[in-house]
Amino acid sequence: MAAWITRALLLTLAVLGLPNDETQVTHTVNRLSFGARPGDIEHVKRVGLDGYIDEQLHPERLSDAGVDARVAPMTTLRMSSRDIAEQFETPQLEARRAAAASGNATQLKPDPALQQRATTPMIELQQQKMLRATYSTRQLQEVLVDFWFNHFNVDARKGADRFMLTEYERDVIRPRVFGKFRDLLGATAKSPAMLFYLDNWMSVDPNGPHLDSTPVRVSRGPFGRPTIVQPAGRMPTQNKNAPKGLNENYGRELMELHTLGVDGGYTQQDVTEVARAFTGWTIEQPRQGGGFTFDPRRHDDGKKVVLGHVVNAGGGQHDGEEVLDILATHPSTARFIATKLVRRFVSDTPPASLVDRVAARFRATDGDLREVVRTILTSPEFFAADAYRAKIKTPFEFVVSAVRAADAEVHDARALVRQVAELGEPLYQCQPPTGYKDTADAWVNTGALVGRMNFALALAGNQLRGVIVSNAQPDGVELGKPEFQRR
Amino acid sequence: MTVMKSRRAFLKNGACALVTMGFAPSFLARTAYAQGTRARAKQLIAIFQRGAVDGLNVVVPFGDAEYYRARPSIAIPRPDSGADAAIDLDGFFGFNPRVAPLKPFWDQRSLAIVHACGSPDSTRSHFDAQDYMETATPGVKSTSDGWLNRYLQARTLEHQTPFRAVALTPQLPRMLQGTSAATAMSQLSQFDIRGGQNHAAGATFESLYAEARDHVLGNTGRDAFDGIKMLKGADPSRYQPEHGANYPRGAFGQALKQIAQLIKADVGLEVAFADVGGWDTHINQGSAQGQLALRLDDFARGIAALVTDLGDRMADILVLTMSEFGRAVRENGNRGTDHGHGNAMMAIGGGVRGGTVYGRWPGLGVEQRYERRDLAVTTDFRDVFGEIVVRHMGVADPRSIFPGYAIESAHFPGLFA
Repeated sequence: MAAWITRALLLTLAVLGLPNDETQVTHTVNRLSFGARPGDIEHVKRVGLDGYIDEQLHPERLSDAGVDARVAPMTTLRMSSRDIAEQFETPQLEARRAAAASGNATQLKPDPALQQRATTPMIELQQQKMLRATYSTRQLQEVLVDFWFNHFNVDARKGADRFMLTEYERDVIRPRVFGKFRDLLGATAKSPAMLFYLDNWMSVDPNGPHLDSTPVRVSRGPFGRPTIVQPAGRMPTQNKNAPKGLNENYGRELMELHTLGVDGGYTQQDVTEVARAFTGWTIEQPRQGGGFTFDPRRHDDGKKVVLGHVVNAGGGQHDGEEVLDILATHPSTARFIATKLVRRFVSDTPPASLVDRVAARFRATDGDLREVVRTILTSPEFFAADAYRAKIKTPFEFVVSAVRAADAEVHDARALVRQVAELGEPLYQCQPPTGYKDTADAWVNTGALVGRMNFALALAGNQLRGVIVSNAQPDGVELGKPEFQRR
Repeated sequence: MTVMKSRRAFLKNGACALVTMGFAPSFLARTAYAQGTRARAKQLIAIFQRGAVDGLNVVVPFGDAEYYRARPSIAIPRPDSGADAAIDLDGFFGFNPRVAPLKPFWDQRSLAIVHACGSPDSTRSHFDAQDYMETATPGVKSTSDGWLNRYLQARTLEHQTPFRAVALTPQLPRMLQGTSAATAMSQLSQFDIRGGQNHAAGATFESLYAEARDHVLGNTGRDAFDGIKMLKGADPSRYQPEHGANYPRGAFGQALKQIAQLIKADVGLEVAFADVGGWDTHINQGSAQGQLALRLDDFARGIAALVTDLGDRMADILVLTMSEFGRAVRENGNRGTDHGHGNAMMAIGGGVRGGTVYGRWPGLGVEQRYERRDLAVTTDFRDVFGEIVVRHMGVADPRSIFPGYAIESAHFPGLFA
């Protein structure tokens, strides 16, 4: 039935929309994937447009053995933050500490071998992103992982975040891009990566610590027997860096960037109230890659009023969950998420009619992201003539699409990762929590354009280490010309 | 007046040279025109010391006895106490001896210092503090653009060249990010089409972009090829610094040299940016010798070369140095210093009222320190940026550049008359 409606819609659109089947196919592939590889267009013609869209909306039905094999040698990709910290960070810190303790001045210089080793997890994560975008059969999933990571941006250069992003992308973002928005939001809120990045792990009730709140933790002793862990009589960290008060960073960005949008109708008072609700949401041993924990001694357990909703006193950890419920179901959130997704898939100036329908679908489906994306991909606006090649590729999209178009064999993705950084989009290193911009003005400037042309020539001329292009493929001019900068 | 005269002559000669070489980039004419209509085209060179330089050991408060109590092994000795002593500036402050190359500019009254300067935000995270200094919105992380980009936005030029704002860095720094065009390149030579075997690639791209119906890409592409031609005229490999300027060999010195080159090529440069790391001296910082001294040596010689090389062009140029925060007053257990708060900035230029340390000195006593450990901030860095934007760059209304801050000339440190 749905397929029939889609087909009927597309027939109607033949008049108003894209001129012919060929452009429709190219357009759809350009938007659902990181650009066509040889054979992709033929595949879409064979299964039909709605067949292709449906296929991409259900990545679990597509085998991805090829890309799995390519990333398999990179062992840190399967490790937890705790294991990464233990094996890659701690040796460096301990060497430094030991040297400092020994008082031997000559040994105080950081060991280059250990420093080098500590960068391994990030280098593997970057390569993984490049390889998946290039070779995954689940192209729409990869596009959405890029989108949602960027929406819930965390910069690897902020302290401990540099070893937390493997787990963050793999366990928090990737499994949820076709799930419910509330679930994704909740997972990011509790992720050590986000708690660290936006400082919530240090946010405490200035009137605390509440030593009377018993943070009784039940841990599993030997043979699985529960053991009560008694709280220590003081805050865990009473040094000069001990948290001193409320930190509003997360509360503010949660509303401005993750849910309502800057004009979503919240006040400074709401920011403070949300920050109060999240006090005590912290990380157990962030430097050791520990997980989420709730510390009642840091929590402000009074009543809060968020966007007119009362969060009753005494809610403890649940305060944060209640705030997330309020935000996820707020009409501004539906509209804000709809706008951003339409901007990614349709145009820098999102058509209001489509944003309305997508926002309505968001609300009707309880924020079902698969249905929300489906609404966009099957809309007349998506297939409208003025949407064709309306988007400038980001540097990452440009580099990956060139590699795909050239059908290049990537043995080592590091040169490509470096190219993306040189074009202005270093992977996992976007400093502001806004994420990278998704509009042309951010990426079109003279220096970047010269860089893109040179990348195209270097790729086609087989000058990138670890990347092999056979001669029969499009030449560098094809990949550097104006048309190829758009999708 | 002599400055303006020599400058016009240079521009004229440069234009002739380019024409005889067979091309005249389209924006050259515009640049010449713009210079003719705008009485004084001011330029700013912003230098970021990433990693939090220890300002107390750069501009040394030797007159504050607490300084020596807090830093038994790393303090810079009082002036006239030997080869490694501080260089007296005003009887209270002195330069680290490794900063000596900048002393002549102080003596000429073209170098000013703002001490105890910094952010109202308490963060001691490099990451956040750099972000705040570059966006000039302390405490607000989601600001999408940098303050220098907002400067570019505040003053839109009718004809702006691809080199109006250039960072000699691999990526565009946050300070220059935003909706106004700015370019980052680690080497001027990168700004060219490198076709390798494909000799025709450059010409092919040029015509493809020139003929593009795509407005956005077509215009930017045409500007890019104009810029490429312009830079070829200023062949980086053949550049000869003037007035005996001698740039250090390192990356920082080379970045400054290329900035000087861009300025002298008169390609419409208004804002330049360079950065330099290695200041995070937690361990074995040294004093007049050692780790920090080595970094300062490279830093000071680089800036001295730049200022010397630019000669009388400095009449219209301001060089500003900054770092995200200072370092703790007390040295730590590793003869180093931990993250602190207030810091020193330097401003060098013909228009600067130099030879003065600006800002109220809060004192280094424990009670006078910020959170009992760091140099307190008595000048908000936005007041320094604000004064530069208003009194040097000539922006009448700087409010859009400093959102969320009541910018008032009454708070300016007074670097300019």
